[in-house]
Amino acid sequence: MTPSQTLPHDKVPQDAVHHDDDSPLSIHDMTVAYHRKPVLWDIDYAAPQGKLVGIVGPNGAGKSTLIKACLDLVPCASGSVRIYGKSYKEQRHMVGYVPQRESVDWDFPASALDVVVMGRYGQIPWCFPPGKKDKDAAQHALHQVGMGDYANRQISKLSGGQQQRVFLARALVQDARVYFMDEPFAGVDAATESAIVTLLRQLRERGRTVMVVHHDLQSVPEYFDEVLLLNMRIVASGPTASVFTEENLQKTYGGRLTLLSEAAEAIARNG
Amino acid sequence: MILIGTWLLGVLVATPSIALALDSTTPHRSITDTRFDWPSWDNIVRVAMLRDHNTRVVVLGTSLLGLAAGLVGTFAYLRRRALMGDALSHATLPGVAIAFLITGQKNLTYLLLGATVTGVLGVLAVLAIRQSSRIREDAAIGIVLSVFFGAGMALMSIVQSTSDGNAAGLNQFIYGKAASMVRGDALLIGIAAIVVVVGTILMFKEFRIVCFDQDFAASMGRSVLSIDLLMMGFVVLTTVIGLQAVGLILIVALLIIPAAAARFWTDDLKVMTIFAGSIGAVSGWLGASFSALLPKMPTGAIIVLTAGALFLFSMVFAFRRGILAGAVRHYRLRRRIALQHLLRAMAEIEERKGGPTEVASNELLTMRSWVMSDLRRLAKRATGSGLITKKSWSELELTKLGRTHAQRVLRNHRLWETYLIEHADIAPSHVDRDADEIEHVLSEELINELELALEAGQDIPPSPHDDDVAVVAGAKP
Repeated sequence: MTPSQTLPHDKVPQDAVHHDDDSPLSIHDMTVAYHRKPVLWDIDYAAPQGKLVGIVGPNGAGKSTLIKACLDLVPCASGSVRIYGKSYKEQRHMVGYVPQRESVDWDFPASALDVVVMGRYGQIPWCFPPGKKDKDAAQHALHQVGMGDYANRQISKLSGGQQQRVFLARALVQDARVYFMDEPFAGVDAATESAIVTLLRQLRERGRTVMVVHHDLQSVPEYFDEVLLLNMRIVASGPTASVFTEENLQKTYGGRLTLLSEAAEAIARNG
Repeated sequence: MILIGTWLLGVLVATPSIALALDSTTPHRSITDTRFDWPSWDNIVRVAMLRDHNTRVVVLGTSLLGLAAGLVGTFAYLRRRALMGDALSHATLPGVAIAFLITGQKNLTYLLLGATVTGVLGVLAVLAIRQSSRIREDAAIGIVLSVFFGAGMALMSIVQSTSDGNAAGLNQFIYGKAASMVRGDALLIGIAAIVVVVGTILMFKEFRIVCFDQDFAASMGRSVLSIDLLMMGFVVLTTVIGLQAVGLILIVALLIIPAAAARFWTDDLKVMTIFAGSIGAVSGWLGASFSALLPKMPTGAIIVLTAGALFLFSMVFAFRRGILAGAVRHYRLRRRIALQHLLRAMAEIEERKGGPTEVASNELLTMRSWVMSDLRRLAKRATGSGLITKKSWSELELTKLGRTHAQRVLRNHRLWETYLIEHADIAPSHVDRDADEIEHVLSEELINELELALEAGQDIPPSPHDDDVAVVAGAKP
């Protein structure tokens, strides 16, 4: 670990390229807008290597948008994102993604294994079907999340927690170095919650960096090494022990309508 | 699937000689013509056995069309783009009319080319309206569909008035007339259908992931836009080649109905795709056969009715997701629940009396609101399953198997009651009925979690409310 990585983002030296090339994820001056309504303003951030980072903030703070902008799923109005010093396009094989569970239709005709195999699609050329190697990898990943016995179960017949674990297994077969997870803990049972925590720690041991959108403030200090407090802008970021304070939380959650969101509304109305 | 397709196409190409349109002998009649001639038996056999070259050509052409529509329709259906096909097909009409006005002849290739151009324009118009305004997709589709179709109808009337009789038959693009297809038409349809079938099979993996989780697909670097364009391209191709046989009003049915019907039978996308293709092909086959027998009937209507019948059959009888299968499952669950109620009642009586004992049916009658005839039928069923023994109606006793079963049901019931009181703050007097519904469907996992939450041992917790006793006491004055 280089010294610069241990610094909070605002202390990272801003050189000519504005990016920290060793960082698994470095965001520079990112602004994102939906239908002209800005949801993220001037985000500057550099994630430390091999840590579990919790992204925390109120509803509508732009947590999911931040992840989607990093993954090129929503366009940035300005700014840039680097994964290990290069653009996402060049580095996407290093990135794994766990979308929100509610973002897909679980009545889709597929088994748990079918869904996990999708994690390998990025490595299979167009027009070629997944092979035995891909299915074996998927089966192994299902075992890792404690779902080995459910491989052939239709996904709509799984519980919410089991569906979430299927999504995690799908990210595991991507074998990425940086993971983005959108609320993996939302609405899961106790068994799944502990399975996810174990998995996150295993990923950290293997030097992976994991960015996790998280809702439950109580468990933040227990689960995450670093935290990123977000409310349309970065309120604070850094090691959980020093950043996850009453005062910072007050700044993040206090006051339903900040001047920023009022300004955003005004832009949307007049746009 | 490819094999079936190439076989069908092979037979098509091998069909010798120039085929004349089947209905070339019958003058063109409007669909409001009410005279109706039933086909002769001889005629039915000829068509069913594919004895005529032309019937063979038409039947194979529409079958291939149905196959292609079923395959690509599966993905359009899962991607919720099926209605886009409707906008597309209606938007083809002005293209047909314009192509005729420009070329002055009924050359199918030109007509379909025109149809493709305005059809694609229609789809683009839907996308443009959705992108640039706050109008939702359903409204955008409605607007484009009707405006393009209106323009098409206006142009058609111009065509009819300027081209003294030459344009007769263009109307078949609206209602569909498979019987008017000649070998060249069928060959064109066949080749296009094969392109769609092969393309869909090659793109299976890409279509699957975009339909299920487009964000994830995009995050892996798959261009969702290209995949969508390809999918819509196949839909366009299928629609355009289906115009002549099925007609633009009803072609969308061939995209939606086989896919929706297939979904009832399976939870596997591959199987669903094959089923949808088969249902489409069968609909096309039967539709074209009927069209040959009843030349006055619009083919599109018959194809759609056939597909509709298959859909209805699937909805009711499919083993997996059909209504009947669901009803059977429900009935079995009800029966199991009734049996478990009996067992639990007996276990509760034994619990109160402090050990295994014989129970009289009168005593059981006070435990729940059931009538004697139901109770006796239930007891007979339990005897048959070896759960209880019956010497007489006043001497019923749980067998060893029955007692194990009964105590498990009772334990689940009590665990759930306790959970509701302790963790969900529900009044003790209310929990009995709530637990009644839940105890029968508790899975092994849920019970484990219940035990964990309640720190429960293996024994049966005592009843958290004493109204069981009260009922019994009240019934025995």
